[in-house]
Amino acid sequence: MSTPSVATTSRWRALTHHNLFWPVAVLIALLLVNVPFTPDFFAIKMTDGHLYGSLVSIVLFGSPLILVAVGMTLVIATGGIDLSVGAVVAITGALTCSYISDQADQNALAGVFLAMGIGLVAAVVCGLWNGFLVARMGIQPIIATLIIMVAGRGVAQLITDGQIITINSEPYKLIGGGYWLTLPFSIFVVAAVVAVTVALTRRTALGLLVESVGGNAEASRLVGIRSRRIKIMVYMFCALCAGIAGLMISSNTSAADGNNAGLWIELDAILAVVIGGTSLLGGRFSIGGTVVGALVIQTLTTTIYTIGVPTQTNLVFKAVVVIIVCLLQSPKFRAKVFGANGPKGLRRAAAPAPATPAADAAPKMEVSR
Amino acid sequence: MAEPRPVLEMTGIVKEFPGVRALSGVDFRLFPGEIHALMGENGAGKSTLIKVLTGVYSLDGGTVTLDGKSVHIGSPLQAQQAGISTVYQEVNLCPNLSVAENIFIGREPTRGGRIQWKRMRKEAAELVDRLGLDIDVTAPLSSYPLAVQQLVAIVRSVGTGDSDGEGSGTKVLVLDEPTSSLDRDEVLELFRLMRRLRDEGVAILFVSHFLDQIYEICDRMTVLRNGTLVGEHMVRDLDQVGLIELMIGKALDQLEELHEHQLRSDVGETLLEAEGLGRAGGIAPFDLEIKKGEVIGLAGLLGSGRTELARLLFGADQPDSGKVTIGGKQVSMSAPNDAIGAGVAFCSENRKTEGLVPDLTVRENIILALQAARGWTRPIPAAQRDELVAKYIKALDIRPANPEARVGQLSGGNQQKVLLARWLITQPQLLILDEPTRGIDIGAKAEIQKLVVSLSEDGMAVLYIAAELEEVLRLSHTIGVLRDRKLVARLTNGPEITTSKILETIASGEHQ
Amino acid sequence: MSATTKTPTVPEGRTASQASAVTRLLGDRRLPVLVTAALFLAMYITGLSRYQNYGFAEPQVFLNLFIDNGYLLVAAVGATFVILSGGIDLSVGSLIGFTTMFTAWLVERQGLPLLLVIPLALAVGAFGGFLMGYVIHNFEIQPFIVTLAGLFLFRGLCLVISKESISISDSTVSSMAQTRVSLGLGELSIGAIVALVVLAAAFYILHYTRFGRRVYAVGGNEQSALLMGLPLGGTKIAVYTMSGFCSALAGLLFMLYIQSGDPLHAVGMELDAIAAVVIGGTLLTGGSGYVLGTLFGVLVLGLIKSIIQFEGTLSSWWTKIATGVLLCAFILIQRAMTARKQT
Repeated sequence: MSTPSVATTSRWRALTHHNLFWPVAVLIALLLVNVPFTPDFFAIKMTDGHLYGSLVSIVLFGSPLILVAVGMTLVIATGGIDLSVGAVVAITGALTCSYISDQADQNALAGVFLAMGIGLVAAVVCGLWNGFLVARMGIQPIIATLIIMVAGRGVAQLITDGQIITINSEPYKLIGGGYWLTLPFSIFVVAAVVAVTVALTRRTALGLLVESVGGNAEASRLVGIRSRRIKIMVYMFCALCAGIAGLMISSNTSAADGNNAGLWIELDAILAVVIGGTSLLGGRFSIGGTVVGALVIQTLTTTIYTIGVPTQTNLVFKAVVVIIVCLLQSPKFRAKVFGANGPKGLRRAAAPAPATPAADAAPKMEVSR
Repeated sequence: MAEPRPVLEMTGIVKEFPGVRALSGVDFRLFPGEIHALMGENGAGKSTLIKVLTGVYSLDGGTVTLDGKSVHIGSPLQAQQAGISTVYQEVNLCPNLSVAENIFIGREPTRGGRIQWKRMRKEAAELVDRLGLDIDVTAPLSSYPLAVQQLVAIVRSVGTGDSDGEGSGTKVLVLDEPTSSLDRDEVLELFRLMRRLRDEGVAILFVSHFLDQIYEICDRMTVLRNGTLVGEHMVRDLDQVGLIELMIGKALDQLEELHEHQLRSDVGETLLEAEGLGRAGGIAPFDLEIKKGEVIGLAGLLGSGRTELARLLFGADQPDSGKVTIGGKQVSMSAPNDAIGAGVAFCSENRKTEGLVPDLTVRENIILALQAARGWTRPIPAAQRDELVAKYIKALDIRPANPEARVGQLSGGNQQKVLLARWLITQPQLLILDEPTRGIDIGAKAEIQKLVVSLSEDGMAVLYIAAELEEVLRLSHTIGVLRDRKLVARLTNGPEITTSKILETIASGEHQ
Repeated sequence: MSATTKTPTVPEGRTASQASAVTRLLGDRRLPVLVTAALFLAMYITGLSRYQNYGFAEPQVFLNLFIDNGYLLVAAVGATFVILSGGIDLSVGSLIGFTTMFTAWLVERQGLPLLLVIPLALAVGAFGGFLMGYVIHNFEIQPFIVTLAGLFLFRGLCLVISKESISISDSTVSSMAQTRVSLGLGELSIGAIVALVVLAAAFYILHYTRFGRRVYAVGGNEQSALLMGLPLGGTKIAVYTMSGFCSALAGLLFMLYIQSGDPLHAVGMELDAIAAVVIGGTLLTGGSGYVLGTLFGVLVLGLIKSIIQFEGTLSSWWTKIATGVLLCAFILIQRAMTARKQT
């Protein structure tokens, strides 16, 4: 056994201590699992001026989930949760498609833009309602967003009249199924939304205030943060992201299905956020982590498909992942299973946990000498 | 009056926490049929002793004897089974259940697994009756005010032994600050019940911050200071000044350099005026004037209303009455935002729960107040932000001097400095410091005190709360004296004002 | 034990005997149940007046509410336990779907006798609930997330058994499904009777056993329950076990009702169950509510479906919208009630 030099150790430590290390490691591991089964897994081919390949399709199919999860990240960072995003996806798709299908010329740009505008406004209104219930009425987020989760799909079916509305609009098809600069257009949409979100949270003070509200609500009130406004804004933003995802899903299939569009996407999104390292208790959040988390989920689906495991086991795998991630995040579990010294990677996360009781005890002891 | 043998005897109790010895060899005795006060300021070890007694903490040394037998109390449940019951300030009952259920839950009378509701209600009613209370046991607990809920909690703890057939049931009843949020009539009702239980032979340990209540109800008292026993007295043998002296002691002053400091005599024009400001259950309406460049110290025992007064001035709690004028303009004080907008800053005594966001970095915590005031759309430019943060880290000597460090990992003194920095960069007109030196090392303490002096010299008004009178006396131009949730006197600092003068004022409750 | 004389020296306005009647009515925990019951009656009467020519007045229409919603009632009773204890169970729908698949597969594909399959399915459901409760309590993970994993797991296991639906042609099943018990005015199915028995049992457990009262205590204030010396962990685990058992039983009833197993059976039924519980007046924060309220919640949801059928022109999605609106109304009522208590 040779001891690694101090320099490498510290570099390795710095790397493993980065908050994106574990999500990215899991993603890479999942990708590598595919190679023995599909040797050209990482190959990207150019056909008809479009790039094809497993990596491209992972991003393409994962796009709606990334969008929803990015919005969800901010909501969770404030200590909330939004169960209504799946219903919002359905409502947006239904409104937009039904408007387009009523147009004489479904390819007219103006009509398509107006339709998308209507859909997105509806989504934002849903978010406003959620935010109003949570921030103004003081209702628990799970309960408040349950209302639209239950009623929203009914509304979507009402809009589509219970049918699956199919449309035939070339401009609209671009968002979810088209190509631009050799890549699927939705990748650009996702990149734009992620960039805007990062800019909005890190270039302004929004991210700081969101983390403060989620990290310590009472302290935030006492420094004068207007947490109500921030919460309402965050729910609206989350719904907007869900709305864009709704456009993408309905565009990809050129159809609006009030019943099945975005089904369970809220659960996948929450999972993506948790895998990405944002705590469900609120506080510190990582948009990058969430994107990686969403890609992990999509890669899992793809991997199950490529390695020949029956696709129906997908959900079982997902359940296992949820449980493992949650158990690893639970201080109690770590204390029970790993004792005081966690395994290498977990030590960083585990370290504050044993330290806290002592630190918390100190002020209670009321030391004054 | 005491019977020869104590029901409870704790000898040489030691309790240590990492780095702190909370109790060092404390002896404590409790006799049947007495009401005994446990007195002490912050850090005296009062609550630690109670937690050891009730099984919340395990002890690191010493013995506990109950009824002449040595016992080991490992958990609250074991304490209950041994006959030691506790009622806390916060009622630990289920408000959604009926009074009878709250008295009996966990040991409801059953026959064949079926709860006998009639029998339970009857027994509950009898128990309540026996103790001379008029409570409808079928009503949900939440339909009663907190005071009655507390009585129910006592009834539950007293009734604990009865149905198990363990003879006398509760031998020791610990009442931990039960009167903090009760009004006078409610307190009287509680006292009536306490006397009744005392007459039945229960030993009652009573903790309260209200001196009058101690002198009204208690027979004996034990005083702790800094984790040691400083005296066990009959209440009638020790007057209030004597008691307060025992509690506060003559703290040795290690902050020599500050002794040289001469208080500036010329303070500026009026900055803040509070008229009849008050909040029921918090602090009685008070008038207060604060001038620019003035340091106002608040002196009073723990629970005397110091913090409550400060919170009203910051809008952290909403006042029921009165108005506040700052710089000639009336401020509504319905939320901290109002106060912050008027240039008031507040460092809470609870750094962890009401001050810092532990997950965020030092830098983020420092700029939080300024950023909140600017709104989310106008971030502080990175260069300016880093400069400000670096300046204050240097000025206050925050260690580690790393703006990226997580605040939760800093020591208490450095966390306090981060909080101070947070407010100082907003350049407030009035800085409220609630026990800024609590639980921090002596060096940091001196630095913070020096800072207060220099801030006031620059024209900032400071409202300074500290448990140690020396500290208040040294820094303040004016000293507000509080007792039993009232601002009882306002003393202008001068040669004739000494700690014993303040002590007398606290003890007598009036300006002499 | 000597002093029995009552000394009513309690200050005025502090005793229940003097508390105003209005406050007590508004603070009465039975109020939401009464509101729901009144709502049900009002809807039923409206139905009577509107569709009297279409046979709405037949007693059988009323009894059909139990026949068509028996499985939902059982699932909602399980959810009531969980919600009363302050938790939530999202795995209900998946567990129902899984039970239909599991039993259909065992009976049809493996040829096991139904009498063996029924206890097996119930045991699997209860064990699933137990596992979730164990993780929730011992590792302090939010019930929402743990039961979400349960949702994925059981739905996934459905698909693992088969992607296609399995129709059940077993003679025992079809004869049981068709059995009707006459009540004179009309008749009930076995499923409806089982549901009513479960309801009665739940009522007894909640109100006449120590366990039932512990559920309320834990939901009212977990910390207090612990300090009062109640077995917190045991209660929580038992509650989720109970919910798992009820979900499995609901799955069996659903299988009887539909006579098939399908991996997509009962998707989202956890929402219906939760909605029924909330509409029935149980606080989602726990500690307050009645299982009888849950019955009315289920009946209201069932009646909405019946009315929509009778209306003819209304489409099925109005059920969801109406459920959402009712849910919203009841959440706001609850909020108003708890807000008043805090002040």
